Amino acid sequence: MTNPILELRNIRASYGSIEVLHGVNLSIGRGEVVALLGPNGAGKSTMIKVVSGLLRPTSGQLIVGGRDVTGAAASALARAGLCTIPEGRGIFPNLTVRENLLMATFSGHKLSDIEERTYSRFPRLSERRTQLAGTMSGGEQQMLSLARALATNPVILLLDELSMGLAPLIVAELYQQVAAIAAEGVSVLVVEQFARTVLGVADQAVLLAHGKVQVSGKASEIGEDVLAGAYLGS
Amino acid sequence: MQELLTFTIIGLSTGAIYAVVASGLVVTYTTSGIFNLAHGATGMLAAFTYWQLRFDWNMPAPLALFITLFVLCPLFGILTERFVMRGLQGTSEVVRLSVTVALFAFMIGIANWVWPSDSSREAFTKFFEGNTVSIGGINISWHKLITFGCAILVAIVLRLLLFRTRMGVAMRAVVDDRALTELNGGRPDRVAMFAWALSAMLAGLAGILLAGEQQLNIEPLVLLVINAYAAAIIGRLKNLPMTFAGAAVLGLLDAYYLQFSDKSWFPQSIMGFGISGMRASIPTIVLFIALLARPQSRLRAGVVRIREQNKVPTWSASLMGAVALIAIVVAISGMLTRSNTLLLLNGFTFAIVALSLVPLTGYAGQMSLAPLTFAGLGAIAMSKLPGDGNLLTLIVAVVIVALIGALVALPAIRLSGIYLALSTAAFAVLVTKLIFNQKQTFMSGNIAVPVLDIPFIEINSPRGRLILASAAFSLLGLGVVAIRRSRLGRRLIALKDSPAAAATLGMSLTRTKLAAFAISAGIAACAGALAGDKVSPQQYDFTQSLPIVLLTVVGGVGTVGGALFGGLMLGGNSVLASVVPTLKNVTKILPGTIGVTLGRNPSGAANQIADAFRSLSNRWSLLAFAATGGIVIWILDAQYVISHWAFFISGVFWLLAVTPNLVGILQAPRTRQIIASIYLAIGVIVAISIDWDNAVDSTGKRLIALVLLIALFGVGAQRLTENAPRVHRASPDVIGLTTAFTDEELDHAERELGVVL
Repeated sequence: MTNPILELRNIRASYGSIEVLHGVNLSIGRGEVVALLGPNGAGKSTMIKVVSGLLRPTSGQLIVGGRDVTGAAASALARAGLCTIPEGRGIFPNLTVRENLLMATFSGHKLSDIEERTYSRFPRLSERRTQLAGTMSGGEQQMLSLARALATNPVILLLDELSMGLAPLIVAELYQQVAAIAAEGVSVLVVEQFARTVLGVADQAVLLAHGKVQVSGKASEIGEDVLAGAYLGS
Repeated sequence: MQELLTFTIIGLSTGAIYAVVASGLVVTYTTSGIFNLAHGATGMLAAFTYWQLRFDWNMPAPLALFITLFVLCPLFGILTERFVMRGLQGTSEVVRLSVTVALFAFMIGIANWVWPSDSSREAFTKFFEGNTVSIGGINISWHKLITFGCAILVAIVLRLLLFRTRMGVAMRAVVDDRALTELNGGRPDRVAMFAWALSAMLAGLAGILLAGEQQLNIEPLVLLVINAYAAAIIGRLKNLPMTFAGAAVLGLLDAYYLQFSDKSWFPQSIMGFGISGMRASIPTIVLFIALLARPQSRLRAGVVRIREQNKVPTWSASLMGAVALIAIVVAISGMLTRSNTLLLLNGFTFAIVALSLVPLTGYAGQMSLAPLTFAGLGAIAMSKLPGDGNLLTLIVAVVIVALIGALVALPAIRLSGIYLALSTAAFAVLVTKLIFNQKQTFMSGNIAVPVLDIPFIEINSPRGRLILASAAFSLLGLGVVAIRRSRLGRRLIALKDSPAAAATLGMSLTRTKLAAFAISAGIAACAGALAGDKVSPQQYDFTQSLPIVLLTVVGGVGTVGGALFGGLMLGGNSVLASVVPTLKNVTKILPGTIGVTLGRNPSGAANQIADAFRSLSNRWSLLAFAATGGIVIWILDAQYVISHWAFFISGVFWLLAVTPNLVGILQAPRTRQIIASIYLAIGVIVAISIDWDNAVDSTGKRLIALVLLIALFGVGAQRLTENAPRVHRASPDVIGLTTAFTDEELDHAERELGVVL
């Protein structure tokens, strides 16, 4: 793996005086899908916050495309091609579908292009373009948040708990879309509590617990016993 | 018919101005969640600035308009956002409101300073003065037409902006989810700056239009905002079309009242009460009705995380504080001149009013902007009730006002946060306009409140009243401490922390809120009833309540000490004005200036000072260092190396600026440690080396220099150290309550729990 697109070097991060990440190392190659697994409170979401620029690490380096971007603002990273779908629903509930897509134009793409790509991938959203996003079903909302990733051609996609509160059938459908995005050469970092839903899509898996990387390796090689150990605390 | 039509047009044009103001209010509220009480004051300042450019310096109108509306107003909005409002994220509604109150006070101070009302000035003429057009037989001035045009233009531009442009959509997106806006590539700070700039422009436009109609006066321009509040509340603070409709209704009501009140059939009084204050009260009444018609505010589930926190007061510390306070007042009151005694007495009266906010705002989290109104009611009750000031009269007066407080709170109880605060403001304005100016209450403007008649003690000198006021504050303060430590106190705190959780536990929110309001009104009534002198309705005016609320929040509204701090600071402000007449103008903006720093320190000053000293208590090396420094300064003085003034100033500087920062410096990272130490050392050297006796010619100026030194170096050093993150290198699941477990303790715990590997 030459030239990783995203690299975390010995990242430490804390909320107030409590440190949550104690020196995390991670690297993602171009076009690779990495699953970030771990039990509650392991620091997965904190890691997404650090990578997306919402939380400034207390020490360590964040490197994107070979450049040190530690401490860069989230909005600057977003404009540079880092697309983050945060935990919960990554949408603005009180804006219409169309206005939500307008917000995606900060990435530099035209609204018409974004709309076209979104509606061709998710025809259901085109019927609802003037509807308030918060009034749609959970699955539709998640489609809308994924639409941003689909339509703006990001370099890196960060996904935090895509499956939260959704029916398994819809989750499977959404992960097909994630696989399609990855197939276009986008590097993806997926956070997921339900390990099995994501391991099928991922190339690599990283297991985080107590704010440290415990295991990392090929997704296919992470066995049930390793997972059980990490989640249940062997 | 003709007449009716004329007044309809007048009403609509007034409404158009209200609409422009209200839309500015809505823009900032929806984008930043801050209800800007200073919005009208912004318009007022813009109108004065325009007057200065146009009529005093004789610039052409288009140039003056351009400079005011498109350069200065946006600049003001941007600076306000950047330096005042940005710091308010994560603070409670009380703090946010107080900061806008501060801004309000600040701007009125500036206007009074730069454009004193006693000086005669060029008239503020309408646009195209004298030009009228006749439509259907009615003459309409060009100014009115321009006003209509502006309102329509504002409506169209805002609509297009908010729904058609990315900036507008981003403004709404920030409200929904700030972090997500950033993740989309938007910059919330810039969006907020834009919103504040836009809002200031709208306020400025309305101010200039209104000043053309009603001349340039500070008060009507500032209170313009009350009309705008009513309109904005009708639009539920977010719906612009409804806001415009509300503004039109208000304008029409005002015009029709003006028309009909001249008619012979119109009553001059109702049941013996004069209604001369009625016209000015219409917007307030509409505001009150609009507030009451609001749906019940929804209980927010979950913990509301706010930055301010207070410890439960202990009995020993409270008793000691109360006794010490009375002792100090008794000791120093003998040395004061009569005028200084009266000023200090004033400070204590303010402190009691401030204390009334502690249970209500500090504990229960309910904002009230009307504390002085209850004090005024207390003064009236005390003077009207028979008994000539005996204790029983006092008790009856307090009970009556407490009942009124509960009664007023009853309809407003469904509201919370900003809506509740506004309804108390509406109540205060109504009482000021309709009740305090009746001949049944304040007669010809003054009433004499009898001095409290305590058996065997004669209180007739100002000194006696001062001691009485300090004793009253101490007793009431102990009462507030007792409430905090009681079951009711816990309920009040629960009401603030999580109304939803409290309700699910079976607590009656209504009863708790009523109790809080009654107690607060009762305490405030004491301040009025104990006045013991002639009082005038101006003392209890709504606008006088604002600085009290503000300085109490600055002092720390969650503690009795904070109330004392706030009250005395307000009293001290007038002391400053009388001691150093050259600084009279500075004192006008002082409370506001202090208040806008609240975002940095939402728990209040008293709390912060106490915390800084408390953290020193177990660190003997630092205490020894602090003591050594004090002794060195004293020796320098004793050996005549430095003058007494230098001793005093450097000593106070050492105590208030250096000592509280020691712990912070110790915990900061190395580079910051060095910078902060050097910074403070420079401060100490400055304090010691200046020849205070000769270089500075008056005591007042020396004291002000001292305050500035402390502010510059003490607060500066604190900023330097506090920004550095202090990290415990332990994960949250292996951390003890205050310190991390050692490995041995962990092993022990694991053995005990049977989870040894």
